[in-house]
Amino acid sequence: MSRFLALSAAALALTPLAALAQTGTESAAPQSDTIASGMTRAANAYTAIQQALMLAEPGAVIELGPGRYELKDGLSLNVDDVTIKGAGMDQTILSFRNQESGAEGLLVEASGVTLMDFAVEDAKGDAIKVIGADGISFIRVRTEWTNGPDPLNGAYGLYPVASRNVLIDGAIARGASDAGIYVGQSDNIIVRNSLAEYNVAGIEIENSYVADVHDNIARHNTGGVLVFDLPNLPQQGGHSVRVFNNRIIDNDTPNFAPPGNIVGSVPAGTGVMVMANSKVEVFNNEISNNGTAGVLIVAYPNEYDDETYYPYPEGISVHGNSFANNGTAPDNDIGELVASISGTPVPDIVWDGNIPLWHYFTGIPEDRGIYIGDNAGSDPDTGKATFIDLDVIAYFTWSWFHAPSRDLPRHAGGPPSLSGATVPPVSAASGKGE
Amino acid sequence: MLSTRISTWLLAAGLAFGMAVSAQAKVNADAITQGKPPAALSEFGFFADLRAQTPADRVLPYDLITPLFTDYADKLRFVYVPEGEAAPYNPDEVFDLPVGSALIKTFAYPEDARVPNKNLKLIETRILAHTPAGWRTYPYVWNAQMTDAVLSPLGAKMDVSWITEDGTSRTIRYAVPNMNQCRSCHVKGTGRARTTIPIGPEAKNLNHDYPYKDGPANQLTHWTQAGILTGAPEDPDDAPRIARWDDETIPLEARARGYLDINCAHCHAPDGPAHTSGLYLDTRAADPSQYGVFKRPVAAGRGSGGHEFSINPGDPDRSIIVYRMNSTDPGIMMPELGRSTIHHEGVALIREWIAAMED
Repeated sequence: MSRFLALSAAALALTPLAALAQTGTESAAPQSDTIASGMTRAANAYTAIQQALMLAEPGAVIELGPGRYELKDGLSLNVDDVTIKGAGMDQTILSFRNQESGAEGLLVEASGVTLMDFAVEDAKGDAIKVIGADGISFIRVRTEWTNGPDPLNGAYGLYPVASRNVLIDGAIARGASDAGIYVGQSDNIIVRNSLAEYNVAGIEIENSYVADVHDNIARHNTGGVLVFDLPNLPQQGGHSVRVFNNRIIDNDTPNFAPPGNIVGSVPAGTGVMVMANSKVEVFNNEISNNGTAGVLIVAYPNEYDDETYYPYPEGISVHGNSFANNGTAPDNDIGELVASISGTPVPDIVWDGNIPLWHYFTGIPEDRGIYIGDNAGSDPDTGKATFIDLDVIAYFTWSWFHAPSRDLPRHAGGPPSLSGATVPPVSAASGKGE
Repeated sequence: MLSTRISTWLLAAGLAFGMAVSAQAKVNADAITQGKPPAALSEFGFFADLRAQTPADRVLPYDLITPLFTDYADKLRFVYVPEGEAAPYNPDEVFDLPVGSALIKTFAYPEDARVPNKNLKLIETRILAHTPAGWRTYPYVWNAQMTDAVLSPLGAKMDVSWITEDGTSRTIRYAVPNMNQCRSCHVKGTGRARTTIPIGPEAKNLNHDYPYKDGPANQLTHWTQAGILTGAPEDPDDAPRIARWDDETIPLEARARGYLDINCAHCHAPDGPAHTSGLYLDTRAADPSQYGVFKRPVAAGRGSGGHEFSINPGDPDRSIIVYRMNSTDPGIMMPELGRSTIHHEGVALIREWIAAMED
């Protein structure tokens, strides 16, 4: 590291933001008052923090003291194995209320990074985007648009994409106009112990492989937990996602996504929505007070031009959940379509019944069906969850054959056997092992 | 020692006024390869006359057929390749300039755009230095006296005024990118295998005549004669050539794709940081859905502007690509960095192209 950079790092600890210090391999050396007093003149929150991010050596811990940091420009980190540590998600607040540039509040283009104990508020675009990381941990991080649901809010709160070994633990995400916690095109993912509320999508796993979403609360979103696979993307064929031990309740916020985005079609009051993924296991969740449906399992509904894309959900298992008071107020054209077939209240678990045409005649191949196990729910006689196969293909094509069914499907084979994600421990620097 | 450190810092902090540093006529090779940036641009020795931007020995000026838009700034580009070394020609990628090479780009505004190249106000000079550990991005900001430019890792913001081509005075808030922002456009790959590479100096962008001091010549030919490029086709017409975006004798589609390539494809390509969008705007993308036709947004958020497709053929007003080019809101605008104004002529070109598409 050059003398210039080292010197700046040393001076950094003496800026008015005295709480901001860098420790670790690059420790702040003693310095003269002359340098320090010179440095303070140029210091402000952006220069101090961005400088620390640029000067960090791998292994460094950048500590952000308590306080509200008003930032006009997006921050970025591209050094591997750095930890950014605040004093707590309600103590250290990076506010982008007056942001003038940068498509996100914090952009991380590095691997092995840990973000912990701070908040990003009111970013003009996404709050925290992490791209292409091998190893990224968000620990007790909050992202929020403080004005509540608004289509002018940024799209994503916590936004790791094209990454592997992703851990989101103890986070809070509020107010995102797309998804509060969004993991896209990634591999080996854990999202746990987090709260997502007042977003369009609370937690969304999209075009991703091997994810565990557990022990979270998703409430007051438009949709609680979405597991999607979309066409025309470099990573497709999302699979092996487990959604368990979550409380997915009271998702009642009207959809406020800017039109054009796929989540804009999610009906308000969707508990869990599985679209076009394979091997998804939804179990042991509390799913209640979601006005459109508790669990919605659907094929990709739009036209697309992509020969490699497979639009149908397959190998979906729903068991051990407890459903209450869902489907009483179906929303938007999807909700209306469902209700027009099922009546209101909509059953706890809804499958659109959309399958490849050849499966319609040959039957669904082994292990690629929909498997509904034992769930507690709204059937007044049995206390079990109710279900409907909407049989939408016949509904739209040969309506005289249309045969929706409330019987649980008996597809060949059985539920997917998923071992779940194992994300390596966060770096020792963060002081918290797995 | 302390005084050295203080003066180093003073330079770095942009307070170096009056510090005369004599220009060197020979490039300081160590400054390029040492992996740490000199505090002042002059220390590289790229210029015989720094202020006049007269290149030193072995430093060649060049330009691109279709340039990246940067707030209507003029750009003075130079390439330096160490003596005895050369980049191998290839038709598809940016030239692999050898270690020790540097690309130098100075951003400037004429006092009056109706009299170009006169009374240029030098704003910043960006250096890409090829060190043994890879390319490094170093931003330098010129002092007010234009005696030198100082290393500014954090970038800078400043008001810049000039008289535009229609004779009106214009002031913009110009942003010099910080070192990370430089890299976020120049990065390729993911995970721990990310590398920084130049954008621009590749066959298709260079393949036209440049007005050298001793007369115009094709840049590929000239680079070959200068010994910094080997293996280029003898006849430049055998090398690819991107369309000049504002040459109306060239078909509209080629001009639009050329414009998108240089302005967008450093990110929007299969190996670029925006690959996650699935929108590829490099000229190699052959499938219309790859370059946006009826392509739905993935993570656009309010950048969608309420539109369903990146390109809605025949309907520029309902095409996300136009909406995002036509904005300066950081949550909407594309490119995300590198401009604070709208390139109206560029927007007009893309609008015209989309309007002409059959729906």
